[in-house]
Amino acid sequence: MSADTDAVKPSSASAPRAGSPVLKLEDVHKLFGDNHVLKGVDLTVDAHEVVVVIGASGSGKSTLMRTINLIEQVDDGRILLSGDDITEVRVDVDRVRARIGVVFQHFNLFPHMSVIDNVTLAARQVHKVPAAQARARGVELLTRFGLGEKVDTYPDQLSGGQQQRVAIVRAILTDPELLLLDEITSALDPMLVGEVLDLVRSLKDGGSTILMATHEMHFARSVADRVVFMHQGRILEEGPPEQIFGAPREAATQEFLARIMQR
Amino acid sequence: MTTGGAPQITWQPSALELDRRTHRRKASGRSVLIALVSTVIFAVVAGTLVLSSPGWDSVRETFFNLEIARDSLPKILEGLWLNIRVLFFATIGVALLGTLLAVLRSLRGPVWFPLRALAAGYTDLFRGLPVLIVLYLVGFGIPALDPTQRYPAAVLGTIGIMLCYSAYVAEVLRAGMEAVHPSQRIAARSLGLSHAKTLRLVVIPQGLRKVIPALMNDFVSMQKDVGLISVLGAVDAIRAAQIVQAQTYNFTPYVVAGLLFVALSFPMIRLTDYVSARMAKREQMGGTV
Repeated sequence: MSADTDAVKPSSASAPRAGSPVLKLEDVHKLFGDNHVLKGVDLTVDAHEVVVVIGASGSGKSTLMRTINLIEQVDDGRILLSGDDITEVRVDVDRVRARIGVVFQHFNLFPHMSVIDNVTLAARQVHKVPAAQARARGVELLTRFGLGEKVDTYPDQLSGGQQQRVAIVRAILTDPELLLLDEITSALDPMLVGEVLDLVRSLKDGGSTILMATHEMHFARSVADRVVFMHQGRILEEGPPEQIFGAPREAATQEFLARIMQR
Repeated sequence: MTTGGAPQITWQPSALELDRRTHRRKASGRSVLIALVSTVIFAVVAGTLVLSSPGWDSVRETFFNLEIARDSLPKILEGLWLNIRVLFFATIGVALLGTLLAVLRSLRGPVWFPLRALAAGYTDLFRGLPVLIVLYLVGFGIPALDPTQRYPAAVLGTIGIMLCYSAYVAEVLRAGMEAVHPSQRIAARSLGLSHAKTLRLVVIPQGLRKVIPALMNDFVSMQKDVGLISVLGAVDAIRAAQIVQAQTYNFTPYVVAGLLFVALSFPMIRLTDYVSARMAKREQMGGTV
């Protein structure tokens, strides 16, 4: 890679990790055939920051999350995780993914494993933590989040909210640098949304770095450090929640918020 | 969105992206090269080992005699045509009988217990019995019931194959039907569809789709097992090869017949791979954009 590709200054592969943001996207593009889904996204998430991505379905939120987790390969641009270019061609995707925790809309727990096996799988198999130690950590976290009695049950015996909380514990057990939450309450009964969001709030208080796509505007308003509005594959507007919700500058943002708030 | 015009923004890949693409192209070129080289090395080693073995000359004479291969080919092809016809009718029979058995096994309610038990017993029995034994029992047992009548061996063989394979296919179909989520059944029933209509219009179409690769695999397996009808005296490809072998004391005809069976199954095997790959791809397209 030669210097002429480096538009941004501190961009050598050996950039200092301390001081660099946890996540930095530089002009990220993604195309599915002719469908230009991400049209040059620039985004930064600093340590201990909670960034909430809002936008209509099809605006590119999920694709954005998937490119960060390297489920989708970017078609242009770079993604830096704590200063490391994870879109570099020689990168070991498994090692990158091991540094990122992901929670999905549909929980995606493994139905053939007990709760404790679900949450400790990555610790045991990827991070080579001794089974007893992983279990102790799993029990500790499950207990902290009110799931202490569910340790040895199976996912199908849990409510949706409980399953999603287990999924969050699974994602955070290995202390990832970044937590990606992709519409984690969209598949839940409204009565169960609260318990999941409370957990996310306590993760924020614990200092986790979170990038979250959601339709829960009240939650975004109260928890986000920064809100990002995506529209047609671009970040149209971003800022503190008071500004985005209180005084959105762009017409598309105003229209989106007006529609989603009237529900 | 139907107008196929250029996207609104003009986007050209950056130097960084072009660099990545070049690198990926090189990497994939490298892996193709490695695969090619390792294949050639393997072929050379295996070939050398076989060709330099002390008995190779007599093996070549007995199994790979081109002259005998050429002479036996027409007769074996004629036999293969019988295999193909048997396969055709057996496939139809297996599809019908297999579906019937699968539906019988899926019937709910105590009234249907006898039919359900019968279907279960049938699949247990015929999945357990070796095909060869079934062929002997059908091929020599049924004609013995009425010694005045003569049944063509090919017909009896077809029945034997059908009995065995319909049991396998029934189980595969049943697995597919059970893999359809119960909510689909509930949705159909709440529209007022009867149990039979629910099966026919909702459950079977979805279940079938899930098990198509498994069914195609059973078909490939049946394609070669139709050769077993030769034990009943039907002059199929294997039997034709055996006749030539008996005349010439040379095993080349078997190799010819074997190659023909492989050629027969090849399109189906490739098709199975293609369908499985396409379905796997579709399964992965889970997320919303």
